Amino acid sequence: MIDFEHHEMLRNLAGAVEQIAKDHMRPFTRDVDEHEHSNPDQYVKTMYEVLKMTGGAMNSPVMGAKEQAEKKKRTGNVTSVVFIEKLAWGDCGMYLATPMPLLGGAAVGAAGTAEQKQRFLKRFQEGEPKWAAMAITEPGSGSDSGSIQTTAELDGDQWVINGEKIFVTAGKRAVEESEGFVVVWATVDRKAGRAGIKPFLVDHHTPGMKVTKLEKKHGIRCSDTAAIVFENCRIPKENLLGSAEVKPSADATGFKGVMATFDATRPPVAASAVGVGRASLEFTQEYLEKQGVKPRYGISRNKLTAVELELMKMEAKVKASWLLTLKAAWMSDMGEPNNLEASICKCKAGRDMVWVCQKAVELLGPEGYSRKHLVEKWMRDSKIGDIYEGTQNIQKLVVARRIFGYSREQLA
Amino acid sequence: MFNLEPTEEQQLMVQTARELAKNEMDPKAHEADEAAQLPAGFLAKSWELGIACPAIPEQYDGAAMERSAVTGALILEELGAGDLSMALGLLAPASVAYPVLDYGTDAQKDKYLRACTAAEFPKLTAALLEPDYDFDPTALRTTVTKDAKGYVLNGRKCRVPNGSLAETYLVYAREGAEGFAGVSAFFVPKNTPGLTVGAKEKNLGVNALDTVELTFENVHLPPDARLGGEKGCDFERIMSYSRIALGALAVGVARRAYDHSVEYAKERKTWGQPIATRQSVAFSIADMRMELDAARLLVWEAAWQLDRGNVATKESFLAKLTADEMVLKVTDEAVMVMGGHGFIRENPVERWLRNGRGFAVFEGLAMV
Repeated sequence: MIDFEHHEMLRNLAGAVEQIAKDHMRPFTRDVDEHEHSNPDQYVKTMYEVLKMTGGAMNSPVMGAKEQAEKKKRTGNVTSVVFIEKLAWGDCGMYLATPMPLLGGAAVGAAGTAEQKQRFLKRFQEGEPKWAAMAITEPGSGSDSGSIQTTAELDGDQWVINGEKIFVTAGKRAVEESEGFVVVWATVDRKAGRAGIKPFLVDHHTPGMKVTKLEKKHGIRCSDTAAIVFENCRIPKENLLGSAEVKPSADATGFKGVMATFDATRPPVAASAVGVGRASLEFTQEYLEKQGVKPRYGISRNKLTAVELELMKMEAKVKASWLLTLKAAWMSDMGEPNNLEASICKCKAGRDMVWVCQKAVELLGPEGYSRKHLVEKWMRDSKIGDIYEGTQNIQKLVVARRIFGYSREQLA
Repeated sequence: MFNLEPTEEQQLMVQTARELAKNEMDPKAHEADEAAQLPAGFLAKSWELGIACPAIPEQYDGAAMERSAVTGALILEELGAGDLSMALGLLAPASVAYPVLDYGTDAQKDKYLRACTAAEFPKLTAALLEPDYDFDPTALRTTVTKDAKGYVLNGRKCRVPNGSLAETYLVYAREGAEGFAGVSAFFVPKNTPGLTVGAKEKNLGVNALDTVELTFENVHLPPDARLGGEKGCDFERIMSYSRIALGALAVGVARRAYDHSVEYAKERKTWGQPIATRQSVAFSIADMRMELDAARLLVWEAAWQLDRGNVATKESFLAKLTADEMVLKVTDEAVMVMGGHGFIRENPVERWLRNGRGFAVFEGLAMV
């Protein structure tokens, strides 16, 4: 039966997460933006305790490809997008600095064995806050992640990793500031192309791994975006996630794992975009109401002012993106393939929330441009949702390929 | 719990509507549009299927299905995908039946709901739109005043569906102050003195649909002509049901244009390759799909709010606003995918564009 209401437990938990966003994120949101790369210590501490208590720290935020293949019905994906939307509403950069497995955990979830999941994710249940990161992008390899140059060579019972990774979200926190890890995608056989690309889990403070740069960014400035260089970085043989075998067929443990990871992480990214969009929308609605603007729903469209109409469109876009996100997450929970819907929600939320946040600046007039309000910050924060986890154009490619049933060779 | 899967009962009704659309509507839509006439027998035959207003209670010989805007939205999407002229013709009596069901007096129910379950296609329709650029349901210019014997109606209505065929019009008029609460509805038989029924209108789209202008000059009505009697009706809620209905039809029209574009882009080749392999075309179609899916969810959510008994004025307004823009964009892109062929009337996309343009100005033409 078609139903848009979440079950009671999720509603209660969501309320608790919203309270965290209000009490532990919003009061610091301007400060962490102005002081790039500073640590939101209080939020991190609070959140880590909450996550440990609820068991959420252990869980990868998304379901892996294997669970999807099992067609098991569950609620984890809807739950996580609901939480993420609320945290991103609080502050998207701080959300990305949440001490939890995030993308690194998603990679372990998608490509790792049950034993590996247990071994690598257990640490998030104990001790001090920890982060996990995922490293794919390289200076010469972005959306075409099949072309990565970082290598992994087997030497005895160790893999030796060489190469440079950039744009690693939470990279420094994961490998230098906590006892976390980074999942590095590297090729074991360049000639094999995509089939040769495998995920390797590199633990914190492993010799030969060095964070060389933290990017200064347009938005989400609280989130550390690291460049990491690997020079003869040696890791145990067992840290390869999944199988070492190079085979060009459908192999969920290899490069397909990257793609499976992205299918699972696109709805969460869409959710984070929606959170920022909703923050902008709500602020704009409240601000304009104080100035005497209250949208008149239901009257003639030709009688509405331009501002009323824009405000309504902002509202409709935020809601539509959110419903598309819930749909993709729900399909995943139902064990249905959601590759198309995951890309649709990410593409639309990424693009439309940028529009919403930019529009908010405009609708506030000159005050919208001032740093004394947060709309200018949300505009900068929203832009990343249009880019990371596959840009808008890449998402359109994925959507179009699914619609037409084309391979990447047929529609490039 | 969050769920987007229709019930089995809903799926069955959707299936019925889909088959009607595929077999009786879509294949005959071009000819009907050119002839400016619905296919002979279409209305009676499709009304018998019971999908236009399935919620009429058993005591009036109805199918007694649950009163559900969600169910209505699901069915109307299919009808919209079939053909908009035929869908609006088929749905016109439901725009009377639903308000009667929700607000009618016992006598009104007995008369009009029974008319909807009789053997013949019901000659009932509703009249809301008025010929003004700022037509506003909350500030109608058609007015009604009380006199010693009942009511007096004055004003003009336009784009009234099945207007020539109908024998009774449910006319919305302003009785009180501006706003939803000031509006009530009146049953006006065609032969009432002072009512002039215009000739069949010629419109940009929905050519096969019979629409007319109605002029009311001191039309005297008895006291029992008022929908709901003394209690009247909840016009705000009626508008929400109507906006959901039109939003769902818009999604249907857009879906048909989208499906057509997907098929065409796979078949049509330029320089030896299907045009679907070109990003310019592929991205345009990806956009169509995204906007389509988004609008559908807004329509469903607004419908779900109504089904829970909530006020959904904002939700249904935003859903329709989104669907109106979406259907224009999608049908316009569908013409562009076909290039010059899209401009030729033999190809359906130009008709969908003309029909799609209507939604931004349509109000009250259908109900769920």
